[in-house]
Order: sequence, then C-alpha cells, then structure tokens
Amino acid sequence: MTSQTGSPRVKEGFAEMFKGGVIMDVVTADQARIAEAAGATAVMALERVPADIRQDGGVARMSDPSMIKEIIAAVSIPVMAKVRIGHFVEAQILQAIGVDFIDESEVLTPADEQFHILKDGFTVPFVCGAKNLGEALRRVGEGASMIRTKGEAGTGNVIEAVRHARTVLGDIRAIQSRPAEELMTVARDLQAPYELVKYVHEHGKLPVVNFAAGGIATPADAALMMQLGLDGVFVGSGIFKSANPERRAQAIVKAVTHYQNPDILAEVSEDLGAPMTGINIDELIPEERLATRGW
Amino acid sequence: MTKIGVLALQGAFREHVQMLRSLGAETREVRLAGELDGLDGLILPGGESTTMCRLMTDFDLWEPVRAFHTSGGALWGTCAGAILLANTVEGVSPHLGAQPSLAVLDVTIQRNAFGRQVDSFVADISVKGLEGCFPAVFIRAPVFTRVGPDVEVLADWEGQTVLVRQGRVLASSFHPELSEDARLHAVFFELCSKKQKTHMPV
Repeated sequence: MTSQTGSPRVKEGFAEMFKGGVIMDVVTADQARIAEAAGATAVMALERVPADIRQDGGVARMSDPSMIKEIIAAVSIPVMAKVRIGHFVEAQILQAIGVDFIDESEVLTPADEQFHILKDGFTVPFVCGAKNLGEALRRVGEGASMIRTKGEAGTGNVIEAVRHARTVLGDIRAIQSRPAEELMTVARDLQAPYELVKYVHEHGKLPVVNFAAGGIATPADAALMMQLGLDGVFVGSGIFKSANPERRAQAIVKAVTHYQNPDILAEVSEDLGAPMTGINIDELIPEERLATRGW
Repeated sequence: MTKIGVLALQGAFREHVQMLRSLGAETREVRLAGELDGLDGLILPGGESTTMCRLMTDFDLWEPVRAFHTSGGALWGTCAGAILLANTVEGVSPHLGAQPSLAVLDVTIQRNAFGRQVDSFVADISVKGLEGCFPAVFIRAPVFTRVGPDVEVLADWEGQTVLVRQGRVLASSFHPELSEDARLHAVFFELCSKKQKTHMPV
C-alpha cells in the first residue's frame, strides 16, 4: 500500500475544510491566538495588514520566516502566508518552513508583471485572487487549489468584493446557459482553459473552493458575501484595525455560520465597537488599486 | 424514511449531504439544537475542530447532541468531527488548554498526528467488512492513540488506528466525503436505519 502527498485531491480537499469559515490576517503571535480563540479556521501571517501597506507604501514582500514560525508555534489551526505574484522562490521558502497554504497575493507588490507561479509543482496548496471567471480559471489551470475574490484590500469597503463575486458567479451562470458547442469560443473569450470551462458548464461552480476577500469589515459584510454564494471569507484589516478585535472576530465567525439567520446576525452585530475607518474606493487613484494587479 | 443530519457549523458538510442523498437518505443541515429533532443520525464533518468547538459552545450544542445520542441517535465523526466525539483530545493549541468534546467515544485522539498540510496524503486502506481497498484522504489528520475495550478498530494505516466503531458511534480520521466511494456512508446509513435502542452510550 502506498500513499501520495501533494495531489490535487489532498490540496483541494484541504481547501474544502475551510468552508463556512473565516480566515484572519494576523501580524503577531498574540493576534494569531486571538484569531484562533475566536474560531478562525486559519490565520494568514503577514508583516503588515493591507491597510498599513496602503498607508506606508514601499515594496511589500513575503514575511520574515522567523515571524511565520513563531505564529505556527503559537496556534494549532492552519497557517497561511503570502508571496508576491510570480515570486516562486518566496513560495519555495514558505513550503520549506511548513506553511499550510500560500496566498499568491496582489496585496504584496508583484514580482512578475506577466506570469504567475506554476503552482502544480508544489506540495503546498495555493490560493489566488480573481476579479472574474477567466482570471479564476487561469489560476486554477496553473494549479491553484482555492480562489478568493480580490475585493479592494485594506479599504474596509465591501463594494469591490461584491462586484467581483457577482461577476464570477454571474459568469458561471452565463456559461451554464450556453450550449456545449459554444464552449470553445467561451474559453477563447475568457482566456481560460477549455477543460475548466467545460467543468463550470457541467457543474455550475468553480472546480475549487471560492472565498470572498478584500474590504470585509462587519458581520453583515461577511454574511452578505455568503448569501451571494461564496464558500467563506478572508478578513484582513477589518478585525485588528477595529476597536475591539476579539469581539468582532467572534461575531464574524458566528455570522458566517448563521449567514441565513437574520435574528442571529442582528444579535452578533450589537456592541462591537467602532469598525475600521475605511476608504471610499472612488477616492483611490488608479495606482493605489490593488485589485488590478494580476494578469 | 431514514433522516440523517449533518452538523453544518463549518467544514465539508455539503459533501456529506451529497453522499447521503446519493444513497437515498433524507438529510438536514444542523446549526441549532432544535434542528436535531426527528433525526436518526448525525454526521460531524471535517473542518477545523477548534472552530467547531467554539461554535458548539456559543450556540449551546454540546448537551443537545449528547442527549440526541443517549436517546438512540447514531453519530459519525470524520477528522475534526472525530475529535469532537473523543473522550480525550491530545495536541491541542498551546494557549487554549483542554479542548471540549462530546466524550461519547472511549478513545484518545491526537490532533494533526501526521504533520502539517505538506504531509497530508491519500492512501488505499483496507477496512474491516468492506471488499477491496478504500481510498482514504488524510488531511492534517488525527489518529486514535488509545482505544477503549468496547471500541472496535475497523482500519489502520501503518500501525496507526484510523477508523473505529463503538455501538452507534463511528469515527474516522480521514475524509470519506472527499472520495467518490460511498461505501462508508452506506455503513453509517445502515447504522442509522437499524434504530437499535439497546446500545448504552459511554
């Protein structure tokens, strides 16, 4: 009897385990402990949350491995970490230190303006951002085991996450209604692999788990993304940039489980203290928009 | 008709629901205690056990699920779900202390016993009572490091116990809901259909 590690089934199956859950950005071991105690299904270890990356500027890179190791030692839930788009060496390093999931993320400064990482060759699974179905399927074609809508990270403004979710899910419904003989042309127009377009046509969903991200700041935001039809949420700056991270983290976890129950949503939304301040996306100049990164 | 609930706090509950429906079972997602009414069995799916424990506590589910079992309901935990069933849980988070559990299965379970995600694997295992191999998906999987005298070991992998049964409680450290093979779901379906009220839960 033999066993196999790193197969698509193991990588995509792991992503299935996050469903109906909240993955939280943390920058210290203490924050990771708060996230775990609140019921996060995983933590994303990074040096600066998107709100600070926006404020500070400069090049945002993979975090110091010693900081990630400290977070791995602090909690028992899975630990994710981010690499720059196209930076396969940063990914090799994160795999070597035992990170459970890698986010090839537009929130960090891209390393390659044309190509993403070929993710198939890694044992560790990858999550990638997407604004539309073509982008999502290109990432899955490269070996991503999980997709998240990009949203506009670090703004505390859910509008872009909603736009991207509606776009991806709307594109899926549109493909379902097309006759099979049109799918090759659909694939050409989407710039997506034909086999994956056929999968979407047949199943009415992405081949991998699809989470929401970018701008989620309240339990209601999280439940909105779930009701739109996503599988779970990433919360970045929304928790630790709010007045009471502990309470807010717990409330968002409960809101994702009971996203269809307005009575519970009302109850958990009470007395959370001030949310993160937030940025109106119309005020961002195009260079400040992170969601446009990725090709 | 046999009615089986799937605990839907978080994790791979939809996959279990699909498997059960393919076998002709009537299913229901369970998020609140009242949703246990009228069920013959309950599956506790894979996911993150710390998350599920937190939500079990926040929404007062521990006692109702225990009472459901005491009154004859069958239980099956897969991976994180198996952790929720065990008497004793090892390998808990360093700062959270002892992890609460239903304690309806006389075993000690060790969390993440095979390592981190890069060590997760698929293996063909042989299961007592099933012909041929079963494709088992192990994801940051736990193992049963001690089994009580009334617990039957149904499968192991390289000397580690990965599937057990005690009366109307079934527990697997792997994820049958992620393979295309519905035979273990059929075993549980049968367990739920029998309505053996004679079993004395631990």
